[in-house]
Amino acid sequence: MVEAIIREIYLRKQQKRPVETIYFGGGTPSLLSQEELNQIFAALKDCFDIAPDAEVTLEANPDDLNPEKLAELKQTSVNRLSIGVQSFAEADLLYMNRAHNAGEAIACLQNAQAAGFNQLTADLIYGTPGMTDATWQSNLQRLFDLNIPHISCYALTVEPNTALAHFIKKEKAQPVDEAQAARQFELLVSAMSANGYEHYEISNFCKPGQYSRHNTAYWQSKSYLGIGPAAHAFDGKNRSWNIANNAQYMKSIQSGKIPSETEILSETDQFNEYVMTGLRTTWGCSLARIKSWGADVEQHFLRAIVPYLDNGQMVREGDVFRLSDSGKFLSDGIISDLFMV
Amino acid sequence: MENFRNFCIIAHIDHGKSTLADRLLEHTETISNRDMQAQALDDMDIERERGITIKSHAIQMDYTHTDGKDYTINLIDTPGHVDFSYEVSRSIAACEGALLIVDATQGIQAQTISNLYLAIEHDLEIIPVINKIDMDSAMIEEVKDQIIDLVGGKREEIVLASGKTGQGIDEIMEAIISRVPSPKGNVTEPLQALIFDSTFNAYRGVIAYFRIMNGKLNKGDQVRFMNTGNEYVADEVGILKMENVAKKSIGAGNVGYIITGIKESKEIKVGDTITLAKNPCVEAIQGFEDVKPMVFAGIFPIDNDDYEDLRDSLEKLQLNDASLVYEPETSIALGFGFRCGFLGMLHLEIIQERLWREFGMSIITTVPNVSYRAYLKKGDKELIINNPQDLPDIMLMDRVEEPYIVAQIISKPEYVGSIMSLCIEKRGEIKNQVYLTESRVELTFHLPLAEIVFDFYDRLKSISRGYASFDYEITDYRKSDLVKMDIKLNGDNVDAFSSLIHRDKAQAFGRRICKKLRELLPRQQFQIAIQAAIGAKVIARETISALRKDVTAKCYGGDITRKRKLLEKQKAGKKKMRQIGSVEVPQKAFLDVLKLD
Ligand SMILES: Nc1nc2c(ncn2[C@@H]2O[C@H](COP(=O)(O)OP(=O)(O)O)[C@@H](O)[C@H]2O)c(=O)[nH]1
Ligand SMILES: [Mg+2]
Repeated sequence: MVEAIIREIYLRKQQKRPVETIYFGGGTPSLLSQEELNQIFAALKDCFDIAPDAEVTLEANPDDLNPEKLAELKQTSVNRLSIGVQSFAEADLLYMNRAHNAGEAIACLQNAQAAGFNQLTADLIYGTPGMTDATWQSNLQRLFDLNIPHISCYALTVEPNTALAHFIKKEKAQPVDEAQAARQFELLVSAMSANGYEHYEISNFCKPGQYSRHNTAYWQSKSYLGIGPAAHAFDGKNRSWNIANNAQYMKSIQSGKIPSETEILSETDQFNEYVMTGLRTTWGCSLARIKSWGADVEQHFLRAIVPYLDNGQMVREGDVFRLSDSGKFLSDGIISDLFMV
Repeated sequence: MENFRNFCIIAHIDHGKSTLADRLLEHTETISNRDMQAQALDDMDIERERGITIKSHAIQMDYTHTDGKDYTINLIDTPGHVDFSYEVSRSIAACEGALLIVDATQGIQAQTISNLYLAIEHDLEIIPVINKIDMDSAMIEEVKDQIIDLVGGKREEIVLASGKTGQGIDEIMEAIISRVPSPKGNVTEPLQALIFDSTFNAYRGVIAYFRIMNGKLNKGDQVRFMNTGNEYVADEVGILKMENVAKKSIGAGNVGYIITGIKESKEIKVGDTITLAKNPCVEAIQGFEDVKPMVFAGIFPIDNDDYEDLRDSLEKLQLNDASLVYEPETSIALGFGFRCGFLGMLHLEIIQERLWREFGMSIITTVPNVSYRAYLKKGDKELIINNPQDLPDIMLMDRVEEPYIVAQIISKPEYVGSIMSLCIEKRGEIKNQVYLTESRVELTFHLPLAEIVFDFYDRLKSISRGYASFDYEITDYRKSDLVKMDIKLNGDNVDAFSSLIHRDKAQAFGRRICKKLRELLPRQQFQIAIQAAIGAKVIARETISALRKDVTAKCYGGDITRKRKLLEKQKAGKKKMRQIGSVEVPQKAFLDVLKLD
C-alpha cells in the first residue's frame, strides 16, 4: 500500500504546487512505521512545495500510541496528533466498541505531551445511551485539565446501514436519546466558552487561534489533494475521489492510472456547498461572496433566511450570516432550506 | 352475412382467457409467429404488467374452416375483475356467442356466474370450455358438473382445451362456426350501428368502435349519432385487425371503427347508435345503462399548475372508460382538483396508474368513500353525498343512508368459519349457505358497500388461501349511523383526510390513521398533535415530538459531496410539501395514509 501511495504521489506531480497542510487520516495511519512515513514525506517533498511551517497531522487511536511509537513519530515531519479518545468512561467505550480503555486514553495524551507534541487534538463523543451529564462534563474537564488546545466533539449519530443501527433496530443496543444529545450540546457549548475555547465549527473547538488549519481549508472551499483509496480531492470547481476498494486501487496504480471519479460542481452546487460549509463555521457566509453567484441567488438567500433570523436560529452581523447557538444543533434542516435545488 | 361470427369470452381472472385468445389468433394466422408476444390483446402496458385485462379488445380473424368456407370472426376480449363488468356487458351487446372459459383446476368462480347470466339474458350462445386440462390438478369431471348445473347442455358439448399445449383449439373453432349463430341483420335496411367502445388518438381524434346491426357504412357517408344528434362525415371506416385496417365499406353483422375528426371526448357516447343522416333508421338500439360509480375520491394534481392538464387527461380517459365520472372540487389542503367516481378500488387504482402512464400526471388521491344519501328534516329532501365535506349539519339532517350489497362468496367448507367472522366484522349479515358440491360452498351476505371498499378482498383471499371468489351487486340503501371523521394537525383540519364512517368503526379507523400519519409526517421544530375527531370530540390522538437534533457531526473533505446531495434531496422533498397551518405534510402522506397494514 505504501508503495502504491508513493506511486500516486508521483502520478499527481505536475508543477511543484505549494502545500500548507498534510493530514494522515482514515483507517489507522498510526500503523505506518517511522521509515514508511519518512518515505512518504520524501516523495511529497519531491513532488510538492511544502511550506516550512506546514501543519502535518496524524490520526491515531490511544492504544496505538505508546511512548516508543511517540518517540518514533517525533523523528518524522508529523507535528500534530489527532487522538480518538471518544470518552473516558468505560461504558461508552464499550458501547462504541473501542479497543482502548479510559486509563490508556489519559496516559496516551500525557505521553504525547511528554514526547513534545504540543499541537494535539482529541475527539470526544456525547449523547451515547446512558451517558449522564455529569460523565460528559467530567470527560470535558479531563481535556481542559490536560490543557489540550483543540477538541472535536461529535454527537453520536446512528448512520443507516451500520452495525449500530442494526443492533438498535434489533433492540440489542439502546437507541439514542435526542433530548439528551441536545442538552449535552448545550453543556458543551457553555463549558468550552467558560474554559476559553473558541467554538469555530459545529463540532470543533480550540484555544484562541489554534484552528485545525487543515480542516478549516475544507470549510473555506480551498483546494486539496487526496492520496490513497477513497481519498477526496477538490480544486475549487471539481471534486474527485479515488476508488475505495484497496485491491482495485493498488491494481490501478500499478498500471499507472489513478482510479478516480470526478464531479464537476455547477454554480448551484458551489453555492450550496458554500452555504453548507460556511454556516457550520464561525466565519459564516458573506453576502459579498453570495452576490458573486448573481442577483437571483442573492435574492433567494435573503428571502430564505428571514424565518431563521426571526426565530433567532441565525444572526446577521453586517455582511455576514451565521448560525446562532440555538441554530447549530438544527443546522441540517436550516442549511437544506437555504439550498437552491 | 352467414359467414360472420361474433363472440366474446367470459372467464374468471387467470383462468386463461388471454392465453387461449393468443392461440386462436395464431391458429387463424391473424398474427404471425414473428409478431406474437404473450397476451397479444392486452396492449396496455399496465395490462401486461399486472397480467389482467382491463379494457375489452376487439379483433377480426379471417378463417377458412374445414368445411372449405371462409369466415370472418370478430373476437371481443373482456376483463374478468368485478370492477370491470360494465366492459363485459358492452362486449355482450355486440356478439351472438360467448366462450365460457373455466379453469379445470379452479372451477367456476362467483364473478363468472354473474357475467354468464348477463350473456344468457342477451340470448348469447354459450360454448363452455374447460381450460388448463394439461395440469395434474385438473378436475375435469367435477367442473363439467358445475357447468351443467349452471347452463344445462350436454357433457360432450363441453370443449376440453389447453391454452398451453394448444389442445382443443380445433374444437373451439368448430364450435364457433357451427354453434354460434350468424348475425341476423339486414344490409339493405337503413344503417343502425351500436357504439360499444371508443378511444382517443392524439393525431386522429376520437375513434369509435361499433357493431353494425343493419345496413352498411361507407367511407365519406354523412352519419348521425342518434343520442347526441350530432352529424359528421365518416373520414375513415375500417375493421379491427392487430392494427386498424381502413375499408371502403362495412356491412351488417360486422364490427369496425369510424373516425370522424371529433376531437372533443364529450361529443361521443358509448351505447349510442350511428345511422345515416340522409336515410336514418327508425329507432336507436337500446344502449347501455349508465354505470353508476360507487366509490368516490378526490384527485388533485401534485403541482397546482397542472390542473388544466388534469382536466384534459380525465376527459380523454373518460372517452375510453365511460364509467369514470368527475367534477371539479376544491380542497383547502390540496387546492383545485376533481371529485371522481369509480366502480371499485381496482378501478380507482387503474385510473391513477393510467393518468400517470398515459398522461404523465402526478396526482394525489384522497380517502375514498362510497356514495351516501342524506335526508334533510325539512321536506325530507334527498341529497347525494359523494364527498365527506358535503354532509349537512347533524342538526339539519333526518338520516343518512348507505348502499348495501348482496355478496356471493364461493369457497371451500373449511374456510366458512373465517369468512363468516370477516363478514360479521364488516357489519355483514349471512343470508344463505348452499353446498354446491361436497367441496364447494356458496355463502350469501348482505353487507354495506363501504366495508368492502378497503381491504375486504385482500383479506378474503388471505383467510381462504386464495380459495374464495367473490361477486356482489348493489341492492338497496339503508339507514346508517354515519359520522364525519376529521383529521386535525395542531388543530387545523386536513380536509383531504376527512371520511364518512360508521360510528362503531370510527375510533379504530381514527387510531389507525393517526398512527400511520405519525410514521409519515417528518418531525418539525415544534411538537405536532395529530387528532381524529367527530365534530369537536377527539377520538384518537398521536403526538410527534419536536425535533431537537438535526445536525451532521462530521463534515470533512470526504463527507461534503455526500452530505450536500443528501440535504439537496431533503430540500427537494420539502418543496413538494403541503402546508396545513404551520405543519408541513409531504405528498407521501396523502398517498400512503390509506396503506394501512
Ligand atoms: N398449465 C396451463 N397454464 C395456463 C393455461 N392457460 C393459461 N395458463 C396460465 O395461467 C395464467 C393466466 O393466464 P391468462 O391467459 O393471463 O388468464 P386471464 O387472466 O384469464 O387472461 C398464466 O400464467 C398462463 O400462462 C393452460 O392451458 N395450461
Ligand atoms: Mg388476461
